[in-house]
Amino acid sequence: MSLEDPLRREDCDVLVIGGGNAALCAAMTAAEAGARVILLESAPRSFRGGNSRHTRNLRFLHRKPTPYLKDAYLEEEFWDDLMLVTGGKTTEALARLVIRESEDLGEWMEAHGAMFQPPLRGTLHLARTNAHFLGGGKALVNAYYATAARLGVEIRYEAEAVDLEVENGRFRFARVRERGAERLVSAAACVCAAGGFQADLAWLKEIWGEAADRFVIRGSPFDTGRVLRTLLTRGAKAVGDPRQCHAVAVDARAPRFDGGIVTRLDCVPFGIVVNREGKRFYDEGENFWPKRYAIWGRLVAGQPGQEAFCLIDAKALPLFMPSVFPPVTGRTIGELAANLGLPVGAVEETVAAFNRAVRPGRFDPARLDDCATEGIAPPKSHWAQPLDCPPFYGYPLRPGITFTYLGVAVDERARVLREDGRPCENLFVAGEIMSGNILGQGYMAGFGMTIGTVFGRIAGREAARHVRG
Amino acid sequence: MSADELLREAERVMTICNACRYCEGFCAVFPAMELRRTFAAEELRYLANLCHNCRGCWYACQYAPPHEFAVNVPRALAALRRTTWQEFARPKRFSGLFRRNGLAVLAAGLAAAAVFLLWGALSAESGLWAARSGAGAFYRVIPYGAMLGVFSALALGALAALAAGLFSFLRQTGTKASEFFAPGHQLRALKDVLRLTYLEGGGHGCNYPDERFRHGRRRLHHLVFYGFLAAFASTTAAAFYDHVLGLPAPYPWLSLPVLLGLGGGLAMTAGLCGLMVLKARMDHEPADEEGRGMELAFLGLLLAVNGTGLLLLFLRETAAMGVLLALHLAAVAAFFALLPYGKFVHALYRWAALVKNASEQSKAG
Ligand SMILES: Cc1cc2nc3c(=O)[nH]c(=O)nc-3n(C[C@H](O)[C@H](O)[C@H](O)COP(=O)(O)OP(=O)(O)OC[C@H]3O[C@@H](n4cnc5c(N)ncnc54)[C@H](O)[C@@H]3O)c2cc1C
Ligand code: SF4
Ligand code: SF4
Repeated sequence: MSLEDPLRREDCDVLVIGGGNAALCAAMTAAEAGARVILLESAPRSFRGGNSRHTRNLRFLHRKPTPYLKDAYLEEEFWDDLMLVTGGKTTEALARLVIRESEDLGEWMEAHGAMFQPPLRGTLHLARTNAHFLGGGKALVNAYYATAARLGVEIRYEAEAVDLEVENGRFRFARVRERGAERLVSAAACVCAAGGFQADLAWLKEIWGEAADRFVIRGSPFDTGRVLRTLLTRGAKAVGDPRQCHAVAVDARAPRFDGGIVTRLDCVPFGIVVNREGKRFYDEGENFWPKRYAIWGRLVAGQPGQEAFCLIDAKALPLFMPSVFPPVTGRTIGELAANLGLPVGAVEETVAAFNRAVRPGRFDPARLDDCATEGIAPPKSHWAQPLDCPPFYGYPLRPGITFTYLGVAVDERARVLREDGRPCENLFVAGEIMSGNILGQGYMAGFGMTIGTVFGRIAGREAARHVRG
Repeated sequence: MSADELLREAERVMTICNACRYCEGFCAVFPAMELRRTFAAEELRYLANLCHNCRGCWYACQYAPPHEFAVNVPRALAALRRTTWQEFARPKRFSGLFRRNGLAVLAAGLAAAAVFLLWGALSAESGLWAARSGAGAFYRVIPYGAMLGVFSALALGALAALAAGLFSFLRQTGTKASEFFAPGHQLRALKDVLRLTYLEGGGHGCNYPDERFRHGRRRLHHLVFYGFLAAFASTTAAAFYDHVLGLPAPYPWLSLPVLLGLGGGLAMTAGLCGLMVLKARMDHEPADEEGRGMELAFLGLLLAVNGTGLLLLFLRETAAMGVLLALHLAAVAAFFALLPYGKFVHALYRWAALVKNASEQSKAG
């Protein structure tokens, strides 16, 4: 076969696998360095952009305010924030690299077509740390695709990399399924930026069993982790807990895939949450919602049938961001329970017991207030108010997976590390596929895109350098 | 889709957007939406008229078809907007003119042309096709008194219908007259109108005619808008010359009415042609296809007013003057007659919506 011919010219200098933020940043950077780049996106054009399409903002180090970011956000604070969410489960050298290289990322992004806006209502608590994309992640991805095309990157949609040929840590070619046909694409260097594996339902089932059947995948159905698995079977070293994923509570009526941001529910701190037996199972008011929303996916996953129901009354309705599906309603708690398909007696009993346990206090959603329950388990530590103001509303909840933590180990040049710790010379990774190096657990709003942008640029630069010398 | 279905579709789409809010930086619609949790007909009519159709939120939408949520904000709001204009129109018996607007404009234009040509032919001293010059030359084709009478009646009628339309907008969007006529809100809305703030797409321009962000459409619209104002000023100046100074038209090249009219006419013509070219190139997916006839009719009629006006100016010393005058007057007459029943009303209701927006945003702080 012609691939065996040493004189054969490769199809391109740098092959980029993936079509989200990390892949695009790598492709643009490599093309600017003079490399001939092919980018493979397994999704059709209308669904291009992976999970990046669903994002809203990213955070970066800045010393001065910008038109869309307040004040300054410096390395030590950034680092402390990261330590707080990961509990120290990170690789310090790589994490500090991301933080430092994120300095004034906004300028580079704008030079490549990105547009920002100051945050308005709803996300003001991020106004200093996170820069918001005008129009969200899809607008960002659109701009990057346009820039990449202008830089000469050859973009192929509906082109899925199904296997990689790696010999002694050296990438040779990718097997690509493109509109039904399979072909080989060879390159002098390869950047894999194909996301996590959260959309591979069979893989999820290997880990969580039958329960996985009831998980909602918040992002792209094309993030199947095929490239991740291939790299791991071809000798790449794994990082990150293969059994962990970032999961939040979403509306059970959400589509199986790609429901994105609108299916999340922020009502939990203002009501009670019961399982399908009508029983409460966790402190709904433990802390501010942005600090707690990410544990509720796992909590719901642990309940019978992987479902739960958030119940609130009329006075709580205006307190949280509206969500996409209307709440189920009832004039009485019993009627609401019936409409939700819950055991009426059990729910009435739970609500009555909860209402009795609520101690008077000064309700204040902006503080960890002193409205708490007494004498029930689990308690509700803040914002506890009796459900006594009809009509009553209920939202069905399910676990919604944002991303998985398993990834490929890298060095500071974005090179894939082999099991023995040696780097592959021409195989690079960026984005979700390697963010487990930095986010060992937990999550920090806007950091996924930061990792993808910084490592995308490093991977693109190093891949081009490998080719061009 | 029926008006009811259009309301329901707009409600569905706004509910999704309100849970998402990624587009809040593009325009005034999203911040106004964020002040609400539910969307009754009153609110949707207002939001539909607040939308400038810049299309930023179409290309940016993560839920655009083929996604199962099938969000298409520009189309949903444009289609609803079209039906609200029909609902606002007064007297109600003319509201049907919105439905087959292209045809109505064409018929009105042709009828007016026939009337004015015939009238000119009958009343002009030496027939329609003859060179005339000097003061009052136009009035030797169509007599002064009659011209004044016809156009005053048409203009007053249009004005009354627009005013009545404005009041139905206020009523049907639940807007109090007191908040609407507050000078502070009027001032802020005026600024948004004069700048076309919400075609700036947060500073980058709008996605028109395609995915790229560009300022072309806003600039062309400015040409038409300010050209229109100049032409209006020209007519006012001419009236002043005639009635106050006692100087009847036509006026010399270097006079206020001619300079304003020429500048305005050229600007409008350039702007209209540019907008037509963009429209021919635009992506159709985010467009309200049923409204296309009305939009083209409006551009076409304005172009006819300008084209005949400019030709009249250049050829007024020749024998073609009579015919051109009749055609120009016919175009102007059709324009005034259909002013309250076509795309022109977008200016009225956009302004009204911007005032309401200024009012509620100042309250929200
Ligand atoms: C609802 C939601 C909201 C989020 N909001 C934010 C936010 O505001 N800020 C933030 O920082 N992070 C956010 N995240 C996390 C963020 O989406 C990810 O961290 C980030 O998008 C990862 O980028 P990526 O380029 O690595 O992967 P992705 O953007 O997921 O891209 C992976 C790409 O690879 C393609 N692909 C997969 N397999 C193959 C294959 N075999 N061959 C070819 N192509 C393939 C996919 O089609 C896709 O284009 C959010 C996630 C979700 C689900
Ligand atoms: S148009 Fe789409 S992306 Fe924009 S706010 Fe609405 S749902 Fe969100
Ligand atoms: S089309 Fe433009 S003006 Fe209309 S809602 Fe969308 S972004 Fe706003």
